[in-house]
Amino acid sequence: MAAPVYIAGLGAVSAIGDNVQENISSLKEGRAGLGPVRYLRTRHAEMFPVGEVKATNEELAIRCGWTGTNSRTAMLGYLAAKEALEDAGLSLHGHAGDEAGRSAGSGMTEGWMAGELACRVGLISATSVGGMDLTEDFFPAFMANPKAGKLSQVYQHECGAITEKMALELGVSDFVTTISTACSSSANAIMMGARMIRSGLLDVVVAGGTDALSRFTLNGFNTLMILDSQLCQPFDKGRRGLNLGEGAGFVVLVSEQVAKALGQSMDVVLSGYCNANDAHHQTASSPEGIGSYTAMKGAMKMAGLEPAEIGYINLHGTGTQNNDASESTAIQRIFGDAYPRMSSTKSFTGHTLAACGGIEAVYTVVSLRQQCLFPGLRIEVPVIDKPGVMVQVFEEDADIRHIISNSFGFGGNCSSLIFSLV
Amino acid sequence: MYINAASAISPQLSFRQASFLQDWRLLTGHRAACVEPAYADIIEPKLIRRMSRIIRMGVATAMDTLQQAGCTNPDAIITGTAYGCLEDTGIFLKRMVENQEEMLTPTAFIQSTHNTVGAQVALLLKCHSYNNTFVQRSHSFESSLLDADMFLKENPGAKILVGAADELTDYSYTILERFGLFRSHPAGEGACYFVVGSEPDAGAFARVNGVRTLFRPTPGKLEDALAALLAENGLFAGEIDLVLSGNLPGAAAARQYEVIENQLLASVPKIYFKLLCGEYPTATSFGTWLGATILKSQAIPAGLCDAPPTLMRHFLVYLADTAGYHSLTLLTKC
Repeated sequence: MAAPVYIAGLGAVSAIGDNVQENISSLKEGRAGLGPVRYLRTRHAEMFPVGEVKATNEELAIRCGWTGTNSRTAMLGYLAAKEALEDAGLSLHGHAGDEAGRSAGSGMTEGWMAGELACRVGLISATSVGGMDLTEDFFPAFMANPKAGKLSQVYQHECGAITEKMALELGVSDFVTTISTACSSSANAIMMGARMIRSGLLDVVVAGGTDALSRFTLNGFNTLMILDSQLCQPFDKGRRGLNLGEGAGFVVLVSEQVAKALGQSMDVVLSGYCNANDAHHQTASSPEGIGSYTAMKGAMKMAGLEPAEIGYINLHGTGTQNNDASESTAIQRIFGDAYPRMSSTKSFTGHTLAACGGIEAVYTVVSLRQQCLFPGLRIEVPVIDKPGVMVQVFEEDADIRHIISNSFGFGGNCSSLIFSLV
Repeated sequence: MYINAASAISPQLSFRQASFLQDWRLLTGHRAACVEPAYADIIEPKLIRRMSRIIRMGVATAMDTLQQAGCTNPDAIITGTAYGCLEDTGIFLKRMVENQEEMLTPTAFIQSTHNTVGAQVALLLKCHSYNNTFVQRSHSFESSLLDADMFLKENPGAKILVGAADELTDYSYTILERFGLFRSHPAGEGACYFVVGSEPDAGAFARVNGVRTLFRPTPGKLEDALAALLAENGLFAGEIDLVLSGNLPGAAAARQYEVIENQLLASVPKIYFKLLCGEYPTATSFGTWLGATILKSQAIPAGLCDAPPTLMRHFLVYLADTAGYHSLTLLTKC
């Protein structure tokens, strides 16, 4: 049995809240964050509802305490990762950014501490757009004249530059990397973080993902004709497509030793994970859901769980014809008629692309801790028509010990995570 | 972790060559484009037309190295790319601006996602295995190697396809040039894939004895990292026979190399691999290909090293950049 990896902290920013508490309140109260475009400058503002974080870039910069030109992706990521680190109760000593750091030589221990225990801390983030929100503002001037356009707008273009900025501001330096596997990115970041802890390479990993809305992605998804011009209806037979969202979600993963040193009650572990490839098509999922089937099966095998032990699935559930058909087929192949409860919280947040695995991991952990189930909204005729399977209203007193969280993406990348109560 | 097969497309004649960099040339001009092979031998012609250069180069080196290793279904496909699919990104951006967000087609968008190379390889192989893509600037390839090494410890006996790819486009050259990146040396690009396993095959290239990544380290931390890497392998600094260095004389990053190159390993012979592949963030994949191939052939292409070592057992691939990324990869003769 591999060493346990505990969830010590949570952080989330999305269309339904600026922090974890606000997100959870919205989920409980059935308050979706989808609506007409207010912040992104696009010609399609009237056309497609989106799940925007309700703040301008200037407002986000103030909340971050940042100056200069920064990608919205970096700001959202920083706010969620910072919340997660603070929630975990880790403390940083001697960071160059704080007062203690400037008075170097004061004899203080440098670096992250869990109580009295020094920790090696990594940041493993995920993003699919990186700083594209700024690059697309740079491009018109640059195309007209290659010497024009402010370079500050492309400084954070690379996905890795977003994580680098976050790491510098957070004071995390032992290991920093970024994963970009489209919509499964942050699930893969969480998986990578857990593996690094189990391998003994790190003690603590802040893992998750961030993506801001951009014209690039909105137009890209529009060319694929999978955007819904109404509010999306994941796992409904009449579904028409997805609504794009934005945000960031991070979990703080810790080793058993760190969990003990933090002294909190560590109640949730990441018990299983699996990354598989559908190898069917660059953007479409196979009808039989080979990738999603393999990912869920693999995660259950690692966690040592039988189908009947899975209480709930946080679906990838984008609301496209293709995803929901493929995912429900894979689920049916694993569970037969004995379905676990399930819902897609993308009906609240929209599809946040590389961030969704992180945001939904946060929701999943809260579900386990509070023994409650968050609904999927607007289902009229469920894809899975067996009564009582789809969670359609907020439910308390749920008896669940194990939850699968699915994240599938372009390029056939399919990843499933399992969170369990200890 | 052993490198059992390796393939590189670079600005040199490096792909499927009978001789090892015999006709290498110093790069001239501002941009060093890859010498691309005739892809029709490797990829179906009707697929090639749809692929951008990074996808072609990535897929070709992936297929070539898998063929060398006699592997048709790797247990993991892991790719590093700092910039991702720039050509398709640029095409979609340009049309989006020109057409003011109307009348766009999906192909460039679909192929612009960073995981396209790894995904295309999986698709061509019908490979359902673990598939991951790392995008951490100069550490993209090293993150991939680290993932591969962990995967082998978790799954001994696995065969892993691991590599890196980055392409240079007109847009990226123009923008990066404005940042002053190519003042002392040409811009480069390349694709390198390796098949790695926990045991050496008959034709194995080299053993990877450790990878260290550091972000803005102090000189002390850099020294500690090298010392730990050597100690783990029971080596003294004097036993490093060659440094494959990402340094370039007169480059903006030269100062970053001082601790390792001028203080700790001052007397060790060096090959400056970016002289061959140009400046790009995943160039360490080319440095690793070069080092592994030298270790296998036990020969250094003529003129590549001022004072070639007599023994060739342990090589260090070392990279540092102006952003503060440092990486150390220890390669050992099989």
